[in-house]
Amino acid sequence: MTTTRIGLRQRLGPAREFLRGHQSLSITFGMAIAAVVLPLIVLIPPFNGFGTQKDFVGGFADAGVFVLLAIGLNVVVGLAGLLDLGYAAFFAIGAYTMAYGASGYSGLDTPFWIMIVVGAFVAAVFGLLLGAPTLRLRGDYLAIVTLGFGEIVPLVFLNADTYTNGTNGITGIAQPSLYGLAGINGFGFTNPWPYYITVLLIITIATMLVYRLQDSRLGRAWVALREDELAAASMGINTVSTKLLAFAIGASTAGLAGVFYSAKLASITPQQFEFQVSFTALAMVVLGGMGNTWGVILGAFIVYEIQSQGLHQLDAFAKSLHAPPISLGPITLDLSTINFINYQYLLFGLALVLMMLLRPEGLFPSRRRREELHEAAAEVEATAADAVSQT
Amino acid sequence: MLATLPAAEPETTQLLEVRGLSKSFRGLRALDGYALDLRPLTIHGVIGPNGAGKTTLFHILSGFLRPTSGTIYFAGQNITGSPAYRVARLGIGRTFQNIRLFGELSVLDNVKVAMQRQWPPSLVATLLSTPGFRRRERELEAAALELLERVGLARRRDQLARNLAYGDQRRLEIARAVGTRPRLLLLDEPSAGMNPSETQELLALIRRLRDDLGITIVLVAHDIPLVMNLCDRIQVLNYGKLIAEGHPAAVRANPDVIAAYLGQARRA
Repeated sequence: MTTTRIGLRQRLGPAREFLRGHQSLSITFGMAIAAVVLPLIVLIPPFNGFGTQKDFVGGFADAGVFVLLAIGLNVVVGLAGLLDLGYAAFFAIGAYTMAYGASGYSGLDTPFWIMIVVGAFVAAVFGLLLGAPTLRLRGDYLAIVTLGFGEIVPLVFLNADTYTNGTNGITGIAQPSLYGLAGINGFGFTNPWPYYITVLLIITIATMLVYRLQDSRLGRAWVALREDELAAASMGINTVSTKLLAFAIGASTAGLAGVFYSAKLASITPQQFEFQVSFTALAMVVLGGMGNTWGVILGAFIVYEIQSQGLHQLDAFAKSLHAPPISLGPITLDLSTINFINYQYLLFGLALVLMMLLRPEGLFPSRRRREELHEAAAEVEATAADAVSQT
Repeated sequence: MLATLPAAEPETTQLLEVRGLSKSFRGLRALDGYALDLRPLTIHGVIGPNGAGKTTLFHILSGFLRPTSGTIYFAGQNITGSPAYRVARLGIGRTFQNIRLFGELSVLDNVKVAMQRQWPPSLVATLLSTPGFRRRERELEAAALELLERVGLARRRDQLARNLAYGDQRRLEIARAVGTRPRLLLLDEPSAGMNPSETQELLALIRRLRDDLGITIVLVAHDIPLVMNLCDRIQVLNYGKLIAEGHPAAVRANPDVIAAYLGQARRA
């Protein structure tokens, strides 16, 4: 058994080694496959009954926004271990930056491609501004401060109505354009494909950059900080500036997501950036597997699709069963009248509790966790082999 | 790479000069008027009963605690009250009484975290993954492996630090501290929980750090035979005060020291 395993490992060795050495290539490869395969889901039953391919592709583009949020939040929470409960604030800041940079409301018309950079930058600056006074706090205290920040930012956008148009929000946000390249001018509302491709490109680049950071001095410093702040300081790591960088990089990813989000929707209001967004992004990170970017991407995608599609279909499915109501004393359970969408946060909560009980490392745990299991197995094998050879 | 430590240069001044160091916690004097003149390349021991202020002393020297009063000069530079990361960068490494490794990082990465300041890549170079960045990462890895080789942990390079055996964790912690290229290494109870043969290995390792790498060492320990064996000079703390100082043999014969330890034994 041992020999076949070694043989397999040797044969796979070069390919794995190549992909390890060319991480960016393998990320591009993976994303390209996903880009082609995902829209084909519509051909498979029962998904073909849920909508047209356009509906699906549009939904995937929306999911991409949350995937980006999860990637960025994972840097803050998963890598650096800083619990941020107000992450939606940076998302809002990115979205409003886009709304100012390119809409009828402000009269400016900065190209989307420039606004992506501007939005990420502005959000990063706010990340630094929030982080500088608060990152000396630890654990729960930081969580409370970020929670407050997440509440304050939408309220400011809501109440500063001279500048933000208050509850009505900002409409007429300019759409991305390729200026005639490949025959595309404005991305428009009817064709989701350009959005889908754009968000996949952004995700690909963000993933590459995060992986590079993770395997660098900064990434190791983040994990060291997460594991033991005192020991990290005794290694000469400046804990405050290292945390600030995590915060700023996380915030800039949320800013990016915000720019794309408001460009795709063309109108934004403060209500779109409330606590639920921060909570959903955090749930995505936890469910996907904290610290593992691929896991978090998958987690975000799955959670988003369940939220936006799955629950609707569950509703329809429950109605189609025509199950007779079950009477449980004072409560009558009637499947056909349950609105599952109303229960989404209850279901989230249940999923998180179950997750913490059954699989605390997340659906797709990080490579380090898997290496650990793998190592343990190898160790047992090695000692067993030693014992055999000694007798 | 480790052979080029600055301690090799002829040194006439003291490496560490501590004067009148005191620390009070709400009226409790944990450390009271502590002083130390530490010559380069010595192995210096600080012993004393539980609660004598040894760990407080280490926390102050390494910048985790601010002293209530007193001054610390390291290599001629006043480091009193400097934050821990700056003290570490100046060349004071340390280990902890209760081991504080980065448990979820591999053995190799633990050492890399310690050594990476010597191969500083810029953020931009990292994001672009430039050839220079990749070369520096390779150099860092090679240096980290060499250090692991030195402490006999190279075979465990890919294991998570928290899965190591206890003695290996202690050794990794020392390796990690050495990786920051210290001129002075503070070892807090390095032999705690070790069996006699592990303690012997540790003794040899500490001597090699001094002889091969030119690192000056201050260690705190309960293990009196270890300290007597290893140290050039010893200080004895009791209730935050220095009660004796000198060569191991002289300190062992000091009646105050015997009283302090016997007194503790009677209470126990």
